[in-house]
Amino acid sequence: MTAPALELRGISKVYPLRVPGGWLPRFSDHHAVRDVSLVLPRNRILGLVGESGSGKTTTGMMALRLVEPSAGRILVDGVDITAMDHAGLKPYRRRMQVVFQDSYSALDPMMTLAQIVAEPLHIHGLGSKPEQTEQALGWLARVGLDRSYGNRYPHELSGGQRQRVAIARALILRPSVLVADEPTSALDVSVKAQIINLLQDLQAEMGLSILFISHDLSVVRSLTDEVAVMFNGRIVEQAPTEAIFTDARHAYTRSLLDAVPVQNPRERRHRTFLTRAQLEAATPRLAQADLARPALSQAAPQLVAVGPDHWLEAVVT
Amino acid sequence: MRLLDVVNLTVSFVQHEGVVQAVRGMTLHLDAGESLGIVGESGSGKSVTCMAALRLLREPPAKIAADRLDLGGVDVLAARGRDLAALRGRVAAMIFQDPMTAFDPSFTIGHQIVETIQAHRATAKAQARAEAEALLRRVEIKNAGGVLDAYPHQLSGGMLQRAMIAMALSCQPQVLFADEPTTALDVTIQAQILQLIKELQAEMGMGLIMVTHDLGVVAETVDRVLVMYGGRAMEQGPVQKIFDAPLHPYTQALLASIPGRVAGRQRLVEIAGASPNPANPPKGCPFHPRCAVAEARCGVEAPAFQTVTAGRDAACWRLQ
Repeated sequence: MTAPALELRGISKVYPLRVPGGWLPRFSDHHAVRDVSLVLPRNRILGLVGESGSGKTTTGMMALRLVEPSAGRILVDGVDITAMDHAGLKPYRRRMQVVFQDSYSALDPMMTLAQIVAEPLHIHGLGSKPEQTEQALGWLARVGLDRSYGNRYPHELSGGQRQRVAIARALILRPSVLVADEPTSALDVSVKAQIINLLQDLQAEMGLSILFISHDLSVVRSLTDEVAVMFNGRIVEQAPTEAIFTDARHAYTRSLLDAVPVQNPRERRHRTFLTRAQLEAATPRLAQADLARPALSQAAPQLVAVGPDHWLEAVVT
Repeated sequence: MRLLDVVNLTVSFVQHEGVVQAVRGMTLHLDAGESLGIVGESGSGKSVTCMAALRLLREPPAKIAADRLDLGGVDVLAARGRDLAALRGRVAAMIFQDPMTAFDPSFTIGHQIVETIQAHRATAKAQARAEAEALLRRVEIKNAGGVLDAYPHQLSGGMLQRAMIAMALSCQPQVLFADEPTTALDVTIQAQILQLIKELQAEMGMGLIMVTHDLGVVAETVDRVLVMYGGRAMEQGPVQKIFDAPLHPYTQALLASIPGRVAGRQRLVEIAGASPNPANPPKGCPFHPRCAVAEARCGVEAPAFQTVTAGRDAACWRLQ
């Protein structure tokens, strides 16, 4: 069996938080991400959803080692990269790339599009300069921008076109993992579908594995194979996408789904909302007999199997 | 009663590169107690239309012209300083997408709401403060007394948006303009704020204009929809009819491209191309370069926005 494209084993991120008041600065620990384990199989799209502050972006940045984890391990193609130094990491940087939400600040305004897309080849010393430019123009065409765009600058493009350039730059190194952090949130409705389709097509063509971070559940439903739901820095539920949408078990997952705007005015309804405190207190309690697979320990909240590939954070009694 | 009556509104901005035509001949109206959703993508002119109706645009660079622009029975284009101030707040109030920049960071929430109340009505400070606290409670802020003394940076985005709604309602306006009020919020907070706006609208008998790019927000909140594209109205009609049987090719394409309509991973229906550049709009119908059913004349002359069936208007040659 080949190793998964990306694996996170019990990673955490703790930030010091200044405690207000007092003469001397005092700090407490803020757990942005707490003991998260995730497996991104090859040739799959995994959605990571949750509200702002849930830790989903921090998790994605730790997977790329753009944020150093406080604990836990990161494996890319089965190789542990957690403790690698800058030089050791460089060949693995090629295998994992990222696309951000704000394409405007992600592209250098002083560089032409051909230079932007060719830059990763330059950094990794792949090919001669004309070859690099030729490949970059080829990639621009592949993401739907005519070769003539090569001499243009980012400010000349629309948001959707800039996001295409960011995708071309991320994929020119043929990575095995792409972390896409809200790549469609800033786009107009009519352009959003174009970018989602582009990601779908490239994923299938290249056999790419994508960690798709998003708060937009409708996009997640159309794009992903599997979904992990984050709340307060932990994964509270994970399942194949359709199981999340039709058979959500955790109160937080259900509250997220219930909040999605209706697709037709006919479905309008009055909603009742749970408070944050209610959601935090809503960890399900399950008996061993309810589980698809026996839990290893009892008492502490843990991810347990409640169906085929369906995991739920619960207390086993 | 007509609260807002706009006929053939044009708004342009004079800039270094030339004249940007943000709104190119918009006609719309709103009756008392009614809710209208204005849907469009960025650059479609939806926000500028609302800003022009309240004369919130700096003139120049903005240039506003209309055959008629009446708000609460007042001719907005002819109104001067004091008349405009009376219009804003009491007749119409507006809430914005980013509550963080809509509040002044150096004053407390209470100070800013009290200031608004006192600017429009002769009210003693203690009385105004009591009203402000009652308003904060009405927008479902539990710790209303504490929030009065809080500064904007101490509140979350959802709480700030609630406080801004409270401030907008402080003079009991007849129309509330809500410009993308939930775009910056999390999905659960969005649902709460939309439900709150709907409840307040029904309770106070207010007119509501909901400006959004999100068809889901429209499906949740309004009675009637106006679809804008490239500074023009494309289609107008009752919300249920628009969702069930859209008339205009643009509306049809927009509805078809919504993700997550059906189960399973799949490609989405996409609209090829990009939105028109307002500095250099295409000739004819602004949607024709992206329209799947465009004909030769679509690129020559823009179709009129006219009635197709009772209560439904559209601007498309195929419907005339």
